[in-house]
Amino acid sequence: MFGYMGKILRVNLTTNEVTTEDLDFELAKKYIGGRGLGTKLYMDEVDPQVDPFAAENKIVFINGPLSGTATPTGGRYMVVTKSPLTGCIASSNSGGEWGAYLKYAGYDAIIVEGKASLPVYINIDEDKVEILPALDLWGKYTTEASDLLAEKQPGSKVLTIGPAGEKLSQMAAIMNEKDRAAGRSGVGAVMGSKNLKAITVKGNLKPEIANVEGLKAVTKECRAMLKENGVTGGGLPTYGTAVLVNIINEHGVYPTKNFQEGIDPDAEAVSGETMTEKYLIKRNPCHHCPIGCGRWVKSDKSADGIGGPEYETLWVFAGDLGIDDMEVVIDANYWCNELGLDTISAGATLAAAMELYQRGFITDEMLNDDVILKFGNADSVVHWLKKMGNREGFGDLLARGSYRLADFFGVPEYSMSVKKQDLPAYDPRGIQGMGLQYATSNRGGCHVRGYLISPEILGLPEKLDRFDLAGKEVWAKVFQDLTAVIDSTGLCLFTSFALGAQQYADMLNEVLGTEWTAEDVLLAGERIWNLEKLFNLEAGISPEEDTLPPRLLEEAMPDGPTKGWVHKLDELLPLYYKERGWDEDGIPTEERLEKLGLL
Amino acid sequence: MSIKIKLFANFREGRGKIVEMDYTPGMTGQDVIDSLGITAPEIAALIVDGVDGKVDAMLAVPIKEDGYMAIFPPVAGG
Repeated sequence: MFGYMGKILRVNLTTNEVTTEDLDFELAKKYIGGRGLGTKLYMDEVDPQVDPFAAENKIVFINGPLSGTATPTGGRYMVVTKSPLTGCIASSNSGGEWGAYLKYAGYDAIIVEGKASLPVYINIDEDKVEILPALDLWGKYTTEASDLLAEKQPGSKVLTIGPAGEKLSQMAAIMNEKDRAAGRSGVGAVMGSKNLKAITVKGNLKPEIANVEGLKAVTKECRAMLKENGVTGGGLPTYGTAVLVNIINEHGVYPTKNFQEGIDPDAEAVSGETMTEKYLIKRNPCHHCPIGCGRWVKSDKSADGIGGPEYETLWVFAGDLGIDDMEVVIDANYWCNELGLDTISAGATLAAAMELYQRGFITDEMLNDDVILKFGNADSVVHWLKKMGNREGFGDLLARGSYRLADFFGVPEYSMSVKKQDLPAYDPRGIQGMGLQYATSNRGGCHVRGYLISPEILGLPEKLDRFDLAGKEVWAKVFQDLTAVIDSTGLCLFTSFALGAQQYADMLNEVLGTEWTAEDVLLAGERIWNLEKLFNLEAGISPEEDTLPPRLLEEAMPDGPTKGWVHKLDELLPLYYKERGWDEDGIPTEERLEKLGLL
Repeated sequence: MSIKIKLFANFREGRGKIVEMDYTPGMTGQDVIDSLGITAPEIAALIVDGVDGKVDAMLAVPIKEDGYMAIFPPVAGG
């Protein structure tokens, strides 16, 4: 068996049983790994109607066949479970080193089931796997917990949750190497519900490669393409993802004050250019990554600096809150990491709360605090993040996310979310294809389930008219399917700015010994997309939830280059369902499922 | 009368964030980038007076008196 380690680790926290199982190679190839194989393994064992916090729910940690190989960026892993935020399938991805080290320990995946009676952590050192007490770690912030675990298990890579996961916030993230996050969909709370604080992992095993010389050649070719590309060899290494702040803002699609506006006149203060000039210490790359978009920045938290914020985080704690202060964002990012909170949803929940305060739904009496949740109040950000993560006072309501917060007041329309997951940093009124992808994302509001920002705004690989609907359903499907493939390989989505389906097929072929074409891998991506859709349907997620917040469908953008536009989802959605081979109600047809090998 | 040219990322190197240029009737984006020493293939995205589009097409659009351009090299993220 090439590429895979051939072993799945199963840990039952109710019975304390630890077992290993052989990986089904044919099944693995059909779903590739990571997001695809993880979803298949999960769906084969769990009732889609399960309560995400029940002991019967499971959580899968899985790398991909390219993880731990010499391929560029091959170190990522995926967390697959049912989301307590959305009720949809959750597959949350993270970089850093942990995913590669899971492979070096000899495993393609860990399936965690049951619930421990007291806090525990799992220690993995190749064949030695232990469930160990974590009472001394419970309640600890990410850095302290990670440092304690590094002392207990020298040389191990640490994955942990923070207080937000322990206290079951639906926005809780899973952190690895302190500042890398499987951030979205509340996967950290599923760990918390099982009293599972952390997983440490180490090992020295390597996967067998089908064609070592072939892999060297294709890796060299892909690395050269990444280096020569203006984005992966220029913009991202130099400025990080923060370089998006200005270009998104200049197009009038930079959501400001909970998507009430699309331009922030002071966005330059939190731009990639400003970060590079005033705050950057060094790049902070993930495992085997030649791009190195990660930032290491100045902070009063550490003389050596700390992990810096990504674009989405900069936006949500700046423009979306009506604040433009880089130091506030760096602090907010730090505290989200420490608390184990998804920065996008945590910030978006503060933005929704500020609009609810603006409109009189939240009052000073309810907050019962000297620090008011009001647009522009920089002092409120970290103050309320801590209360959110620790579920103190009004923070207990905030910890449930923007949808449940706004719904509590009877006005869910002020949550800028899809399927209860907060939208990221692009207003779809001026990016029609991206809006379609938001609405149809299988894990709710998301920018990494197909990134049509590339052609609609950034001009990559070619410039599309961002307001025109023509052909957007075709672009949306291709981007969604390719993204599902990349998420399943163990590579980073950012490689797709330089590489195409053929390069992913080439790398997989040399590692696995397959003979896939670009069309084959895209078909696998479509299979994975449909599998996720089937889970959501069986979980009770109606196609009626393939929609956008009413504001984006009904309220014209008030100003700027997108002035006057709403999103035209009602025109695009039927075209998209047809392109997917689904019926007019958005249900996959038997014919298409049969073609994909899903019947 | 002048126009304002907003530059981003590495286009700022040696040029600054904003360049003011004297306006001449009929001047286009191509005239602007020629004077800045930027070539069309280096540009990934271009906005002229609030309107974006394919780079080659936008470079041919006459700029308004008191208008502006925003010029971006290849950038991405997410």
